[in-house]
Formats: sequence, C-alpha cells, structure tokens
Amino acid sequence: MKRELPLFLTAVIGLFMLLSFFVPHHLASVPANYLQQCAVIVVAFGYVLGGANALRVNLEGVAKRQLDWPYKLVLVVALVATVVVGLVDGRRWQDAGTTSMFLYNQLYSPMQATMFALLAFFIASAAFRAFRVRTVEAGLLAAAALIVMLGRVPVGDAITGWLPEPVRMSALQEWIMNVPQNAAKRAILMGAAMGVMATGLRVILGIERSYLGGTD
Amino acid sequence: MNMSQEFGVWVAALLTLFIFSFLYKDNPLYKFAEHLFVGVSAGYYIVLNFWTVVVPNLYDPLVRTFTGRDPMSGEAVAQAGGPFAASLGDYRGWLLLPGILGVLLFSRMIPRIEWLSRWSLAVIIGTYVGIKTTGFAQADLVAQVQGSLVPLWTGAWGSSLNAILFTVGLITSLLFFFYSREHKGTLGVLARTGIVFLMVSFGAGYGYTVMARLSLLIGRFQFLLEDWLGIR
Amino acid sequence: MSLTALERLDRRWIFLAVGLLVLGPLLRPLGLPLGTSAPVRQFHDTIAGIPDGSLVLVSCDFDPGGKPELVPMTKTALRQLWEKRCRLVITCLWVGGPGLVGETLESVADEFRAKGRPLEYGKDYVYLGFKAGYEAVMVLMGKGIAGAYPQDQRGNLVSTLPLMRNVRDYSSFVLLVSISAGYPGTKEWVQQVNLRFGLPMVSGCTAVSAPEYYPYLQSGQLSGLLGGMAGAAEYEKIRGEKGTATQGMDAQSLAHAFIALCIVAGNLVQWRKRRAAQS
Repeated sequence: MKRELPLFLTAVIGLFMLLSFFVPHHLASVPANYLQQCAVIVVAFGYVLGGANALRVNLEGVAKRQLDWPYKLVLVVALVATVVVGLVDGRRWQDAGTTSMFLYNQLYSPMQATMFALLAFFIASAAFRAFRVRTVEAGLLAAAALIVMLGRVPVGDAITGWLPEPVRMSALQEWIMNVPQNAAKRAILMGAAMGVMATGLRVILGIERSYLGGTD
Repeated sequence: MNMSQEFGVWVAALLTLFIFSFLYKDNPLYKFAEHLFVGVSAGYYIVLNFWTVVVPNLYDPLVRTFTGRDPMSGEAVAQAGGPFAASLGDYRGWLLLPGILGVLLFSRMIPRIEWLSRWSLAVIIGTYVGIKTTGFAQADLVAQVQGSLVPLWTGAWGSSLNAILFTVGLITSLLFFFYSREHKGTLGVLARTGIVFLMVSFGAGYGYTVMARLSLLIGRFQFLLEDWLGIR
Repeated sequence: MSLTALERLDRRWIFLAVGLLVLGPLLRPLGLPLGTSAPVRQFHDTIAGIPDGSLVLVSCDFDPGGKPELVPMTKTALRQLWEKRCRLVITCLWVGGPGLVGETLESVADEFRAKGRPLEYGKDYVYLGFKAGYEAVMVLMGKGIAGAYPQDQRGNLVSTLPLMRNVRDYSSFVLLVSISAGYPGTKEWVQQVNLRFGLPMVSGCTAVSAPEYYPYLQSGQLSGLLGGMAGAAEYEKIRGEKGTATQGMDAQSLAHAFIALCIVAGNLVQWRKRRAAQS
C-alpha cells in the first residue's frame, strides 16, 4: 500500500487535471486551481529540501574529514550565512541595499555568470579537437553550422558582401533557419509531443513508477 | 583607466578571476570560489522560496484564516463562512494540506520513513502530468500540424519551392522517427532524406549554441572592463 | 606550425586565442555593419502595433547565466513599451533571476525618471517577483493573477496596488513579452497560455533556445522572436540604441570566425594524418 495508494492518487489527480482542461465548470476549475496552488507550495518546499540536503551531505563530509573537507566547510558556512542573513533581513530582504542583495549581486550573480562563461573556451577547444567530419551527414552538419555561425554575425556579410544578396551568408543563414531547420525542428517538436503524451498516459496508468523511488 | 572604488565590485571581479583561473588548471582559488558559489546558491534558493512562496502563499493565508488578523498589519480580517469555506483563489484552511505535503517531502532524508514523501510526489506528478500533457498536445502537436497545412503553390516560384521543401523535410524527418518498421526500401529512402534535414537542423543548433556561449564570455569581459577597470 | 605540433596543441593556447579575440574588439571596436532580420523586425513591429497605454505582461525568466544576451533585449523592450506609455506587470519564474530582473527594471525606470518622465511603482508598473511551480504558476495565473501572486516582490499586498485593480487574469493584457533563458520560459508560455488563454506573444530568448522556437514563429504562436545577443543587437539597431549587445557584436564576429577556423583546421589536421597513415 506504500506504493499503490500514491500511484492511485497520481492517477486520480492526473485524470482530473486532464478533465479540467476541457470542462470550464467551477466544479472542475476550482479543485484544479487548488491543486495548482498545492503544486506551487510543494515545489517551493522541494527547493528548501534541496538546500537542506546539500547542507546535510557537506556537513557529513566535514565531520568525517573527507577529501576536500575545508572546501566543504566553506560551502556549509556560506549556505548557513546566506540563510541567516536572508531570514534576518525579513520580508523586505530583496530591497536595494540589504545584505542579502549584496550576496546576490556580488557573489551569486557574477559567479554564476562566470561559470557559464567558461563554456565559451571549451566550445572552442572542442571545435578543434573533437568536431570530426567523417561521414556525409557530419559534413552536412558542419556546413550548416559554419553558414549559421558566420551568417548570424556581421563578419559573414563582411566576407560575402561582394556576392548577390540572396547568396550572402546572412541570407543563406536565414533560409536555413526558415526552411530545412524549421522543418526538422517541427518534426522533433511533434514527435516529442507524442512522447510526452504517451509518458503522461503511462504515469496516469501506473506503468511508469520510477518517480516514487525506493525498493518497497 | 578609472578603477571602481566599490568593495562589492572588487569582490565580484576577484571571484570572476578565481573562476577563470580554472582555464590554466584546477587550483585552490577556483575550488574555493566553486564551493562558495554552491553554498551561496543553496542558501539563496532556500531564502527565496521561503519569502516568496511559503510565507505569502501558505503562512499568511493560514494566519488570516485561523487568527482572523492580517499577519503584516495586524488588522482584523473578515472571513465569512469559516476556515474551510473555500472559493476560487481563497483556500483558507485547505492550505494545511499542501503545507503538510511540503513537510512530508523532508521525510526523504530519513530512510525509514521516506515512503511518506511519495504522497507529496504523487500530488506534484499528477498535477504536472495533466498540465504538461494538454500543453504539449495543444501547442506542440495540434497547432504545429495546423501550421504545417500551408499551400504548396503560393503564386511565386521561390516561396513555392520553399513550401515544398519544408513539407518534404517535415514528412521525411517524422518518418525517420518511425521505428515500427525497418528502414528499408521506400521507407529507407525517405528516412535517409529526413536525416539530411535533421543534420542541417543540428548544425544550425550548434551554430546558435556557439553564439550563446561566446555571448556569456563577452558579458563577463564587459563587466571586468567597464564596471571594474573603468575602461570605455 | 607542423602537423604534429597542431595535433598536440595544448588547449590552453586555444583558450588564450579566444580570450584575446573577444577582448580586442571590446577595447578597439571594429564597427562591422549590422543588418536586421525578419523575426526581430516582427518583434519590434508587434510591440509598436499595440495601443498606447495598454496593459502588458512581461515575464523575465532568466538568471545571471543569461545576462549578456537577455538583459540588453529586456532593457530595449522596456524602453519601447514605456515610450508607448504601456503599463507593465513583470514576473520572473527562474529561481536565480528575481534580483537581476528587479535591477534591470529599475535601471530603465530610472532612465525615464532622469528624462523627466516619473514612472511610479504600483501605477505604471508592478514587479511581482519570483514564484516556484513552473507551468503550474502560468495556469494558476489564468484564473487570477492575485491567486498566484498575493504579494509583489516588495512584500506589498497585490490588491493594494492601483495598477493591479485593473488586472484580473490574462484577459486584462493585450500582449505577453516572454524573455526566456530556458525552462520554464517561452515554450511553456506558448503551451500553457498563448492558445489556451488567447494571449498574443513575442519572445526574446538565448541563442541556444532560438532554433527551437522557429516552428512557433512560423505557425503564428509567436509574433516575433529575438535570438541571443545578435537578436538583441538587431533590436537595438532598429530602435536606434547602442547598448551592450551592439558593443559585443564585433567580438562575437571575430570569435565565430575563429571557431569556424578551428573546425576546418581540426578536420584538415585529421585528414592529413589519415592520408599519411595510409601512404
């Protein structure tokens, strides 16, 4: 019953949410609205759980003096300090000038942006070391990539500006995006939609149970 | 050069350089910044969800319902019908249920009682299955099929050729994903044609991804040059 | 440089080359001419076509990871909307984004105040802030914005704000401007709101997401699309602005050319190596 009842609940709620899409009557729309409100609140608790779990795992690492434990201590101190500061700052914690906003603007924001910026270097390195054209299909991929990369920025037209307009890089790039790329992306979109619908049906029918976790 | 005098900008710039130092090799400065980032992120997510969802969507309505007073101003609040007289958007005492489900999620941290969290997951999964299935069906299937039903002859040779090519590309790409039959004979030819369009689309995607990644680097350099060093 | 040397090239030389090619044009702009593309013109024209003073929903679903691409287009869109005296309701569905979105919003509002047009919070614009829940928030707002957002970003009760007295649900808005870095974002707004609630939409997105949204543009579900920093720069050009996106395009150009060269060079090296092994 530890698995069957939650599965039954998923099926009932899933079917009800599907029904509420088609039935505008308040007997369907009010409970559906309530369920959406429940989902918003439970997801928020999920974020808190994620943070709490990060704290637990790293505290354990510090206590057991695991590899890199001084850095785990930095993580734990940063986490606890951010939470304490945020709670002390109160309901207006996001106002300009609060300590919480200092932590967000001068620590979180630049570090997150920089983590992503590292990818620019790796994509360049991978382009040289890993992008191999060994088949006709890979050649097509490479050709499309080169045209789009150069055509989307001013350098493409700077190189091909002497050609008639319909065959300049930017025009070719726009044609690729509007015709062949669009057709394939639409096919992928439609295929994925059918996949999502099938998966949804599997979840509602209880065939898909991996989200429950556990072994019992 | 007019370097910034603000302490916060220097902190941000130094942390930026600590992370960029990884490009030379992994080092203690990068590791420090990485762990600091994870700690601050996790703490920030906790605080954000507490003040933007748990308090306004759960705590405040429950306080109003069961004490009859607004938790911010302390003024009396009229609540006709009682604590469980819900209406659209005003669920009063019924919000105890998502509160309990939210707390039950934490049972995942204790192996002996982690099965309790399945109730919370059941509500989330059931709700999102309903929302996502209808959303995908309407916008990604029905509307896309509708958008594909365009006239093949538009009156001009150029756009007609594009329309035909688009339709051929769409059908052959869809056929490539049909795995119920082996890709031999006519189906094989059509599927291989579909691969051509798919490869072009992956190449275009790669080109756009390169643009995205480089933009992020440009953004960081703009910060270092303008906000920190005061150049430009 | 010999074949063997190229093959064994330490990747840190490539990193250095990328760094210098991006840094150079930022210090010494090349002034390469920028064109404009149809999806960007459609984005601009859709906003230009709404009546002045309309209520517009702007959902800024991004975090600092999308800042260089999305903040410039957000600023330009806000300027265009406020020049039309539109009243804005702004949301953010990305957990890392609310601070950045608030800062972006206030920086543009301050520009208008400095030019003598006092934009009043609560009357001209309301920033509702972040709400967890992804698509559930979008559908929840369909039955009442205040149901999803009882308070705004500053902790004010939404019912006390003058602008929000005219806002019930999506039917109160003439347009949705979605500035999106991924999930949740434009795709989810199209799926849950555009057709279901009949709200026209335009989108500005990261370059990674842009190819995926072209089918929505072609089918009419999106009325305009800005893709990445290039899209933001083109939008700035149409508006006659020279923001950070435009300033970054020279660096983008050189870096793209370098990456194209890397692809070609990498394959040439491998091809010559294979030929040498065969002979």
